[in-house]
Amino acid sequence: MVTSGNTHEMSSPPHLHISPPKKWIPVNLRELWNYRELLSSFMWRDVKIRYKQTALGFLWAVLQPLLMMLIFSVVFGRLARLPSDGVPYPLFVLAALLPWTLFAEGITRSTSSMITNAHIMTKVYFPRLIMPLSGILSPLVDFAFSFSILIVLMVLYGFIPTLNIIFLPLFILLALATSLGIGLWLSALNVQYRDFQYTIPFLIQLGLFASPVVYPASLVPESVRFFYGLNPMAGVIEGFRWALLGTEMPGAMILVSVGMVVVLLVSGAFYFRKMEQYYADVV
Amino acid sequence: MSDNPAIRVSHLGKKYTIGGPQEKYRTFRDAIVNSAKAPFRRLSSSEPPQEFWALKDVSFDVEPGEVVGIIGRNGAGKSTLLKILSRITSPTEGTVDLYGRVGSLLEVGTGFHPELTGRENIFLSGSILGMKKREIDSKLDEIVKFSEIEKFLDTPAKRYSSGMYVRLAFAVASHLETEILLIDEVLAVGDAQFQEKSLGKMGDVATKEGRTVLFVSHNMAAVNKLCPRSLLLHNGGIIKDDSSKEVIDLYSNQNSILKAFIDWSQKTNAPTDGEVIIVTSISILNRNGISNSTIYAEEPFWIVLEYEILKPVKNCWLGFSINTYNNDVLFFSGDFNFSNLSDNKRNPGKYKSMCKIPENLFNQGTYSISLLCQFPSIKILFHEENVLNFEVLTLTDLIGSLKQPGIIRPILNWDTIKISDKS
Repeated sequence: MVTSGNTHEMSSPPHLHISPPKKWIPVNLRELWNYRELLSSFMWRDVKIRYKQTALGFLWAVLQPLLMMLIFSVVFGRLARLPSDGVPYPLFVLAALLPWTLFAEGITRSTSSMITNAHIMTKVYFPRLIMPLSGILSPLVDFAFSFSILIVLMVLYGFIPTLNIIFLPLFILLALATSLGIGLWLSALNVQYRDFQYTIPFLIQLGLFASPVVYPASLVPESVRFFYGLNPMAGVIEGFRWALLGTEMPGAMILVSVGMVVVLLVSGAFYFRKMEQYYADVV
Repeated sequence: MSDNPAIRVSHLGKKYTIGGPQEKYRTFRDAIVNSAKAPFRRLSSSEPPQEFWALKDVSFDVEPGEVVGIIGRNGAGKSTLLKILSRITSPTEGTVDLYGRVGSLLEVGTGFHPELTGRENIFLSGSILGMKKREIDSKLDEIVKFSEIEKFLDTPAKRYSSGMYVRLAFAVASHLETEILLIDEVLAVGDAQFQEKSLGKMGDVATKEGRTVLFVSHNMAAVNKLCPRSLLLHNGGIIKDDSSKEVIDLYSNQNSILKAFIDWSQKTNAPTDGEVIIVTSISILNRNGISNSTIYAEEPFWIVLEYEILKPVKNCWLGFSINTYNNDVLFFSGDFNFSNLSDNKRNPGKYKSMCKIPENLFNQGTYSISLLCQFPSIKILFHEENVLNFEVLTLTDLIGSLKQPGIIRPILNWDTIKISDKS
């Protein structure tokens, strides 16, 4: 009954072709860009909901690293007397806890996001990558809050950052990239094998001690430093300290870390894209 | 086949594997065990995974501006088709081409979060459905007005009544403006008044605004009203693609699952206790005395039992229950009431019992009939579940063409008198 006179004015409507799953498909960056508003909606939702009905609200974002810093300072700084590259231990550990928490929260949230949002993702289409991306980016808000603690602490210690600080954004980016690379793998795997959600808390604890959070990387023997860099967070954390506190510049280690991140990102993206075609049938 | 379709589906198929390596939920351990077993798989005689085609070789075109209904029983493949078209799941074979922005409404309230306020939910749900923020901004007033929740716009949705929640959700969804819209029975929501309003809105969306719509529904009246053309799916294939009237007629007469008559006179599998009674047939007769599995709610119908009594018997109660689609018993009825158990003697011979079910009792839906024979409070002789199935359609509904809520739909008399002039 509707005649052709009613067709839209658009000269050439967007064409969408749907076909059976392919083995490997690259990330469609243009599509992701078109969905950027949705990405910010999800991030904004997560931030908004996170501290709803808590008495302290966003104070939690500050309290968590602050308490961790206190505990670590007492246990590892005072009792175990771990070296800290000549920086006051609380500052030393907080400068590592910030990127570490950004990373750990990122992989935790991105992995669980694929499951907790299944009711949405099985009802409406959007690039599935949006989901882990929002999980990785939303901890940035907490990061910003806890960063203020670091600034306060630096002022208290009378610590003046060097010019290296201009490189800090690069290391934040590297932390996010690491988080995304590992997050993509874990979220894709977790959709099919829920085992991964149980291994993550353990992986994070293990990673905390496998990364130079409570001790300096200089404690690691020079000969294995290269392999140590295979843990990309090692490079990120040492980079953070170098940029913020002016500790020794991480040399080849950082290149190894960057290389590792690239490998994780590319492989993770391909694996994720492969999995997402089966997402609704598997989740 | 046309030259410029809005939707072109060709040879679409979707296979699910049941019980095989693509088990729906598996653990990593299973995968490890499986891959360890793989070399030995040929040696072991484990059962092959079962394949199930939810859709098979489905092809059709939809012209721009066309509104097409998709009907079929549960499991016919309607939802799978819609899920493939909306890119939630991928096909196993075949292709789909969509020309235009695609929006899908597969449920009401996609992405709603109870902790967020009404306003926040409008923006969140809107953007999940694919609207741009600018678009939502410009429609905000319209959405709020339509949902009738003005006063509670900044209240968290968890404080909403379910009616308010659904109204707001529908209001957001119905303002989705894409050239192609895929809708899965999200219509029948809210109270009667809102249902009418939402049907009106769907009508606008589907026809006046001239976009291409695929509409999956169990509600024949709504399909008939909204869609000039329909597709009938059955077991994953299209069995009819025609005007909605033709398709609905076929659907209604299709007795593949619905069953209005069983003849046990050949005495194989006949319900019997082997001693006293044997049932020879059961049927559902419509107003014209024709056995039919489609009943109109506005007309009475009959359930007819034929049976043989093999030896003199007293208080042998033969009856049936009518059950809902979910197997909840609506009621039992038998050939005598339990209150007078004294005078129910039957001598050997053939009998026929007819029970009239009054009009305006059932609501639209699918029902089943179970057969029961017993000595009340003493012994059940036999109980045959779901021997017949029938479907109730409504000819004219009271509110628009929508299904009223509820399992039964009696028409009751109301008396209203004015008591006083003062308020």
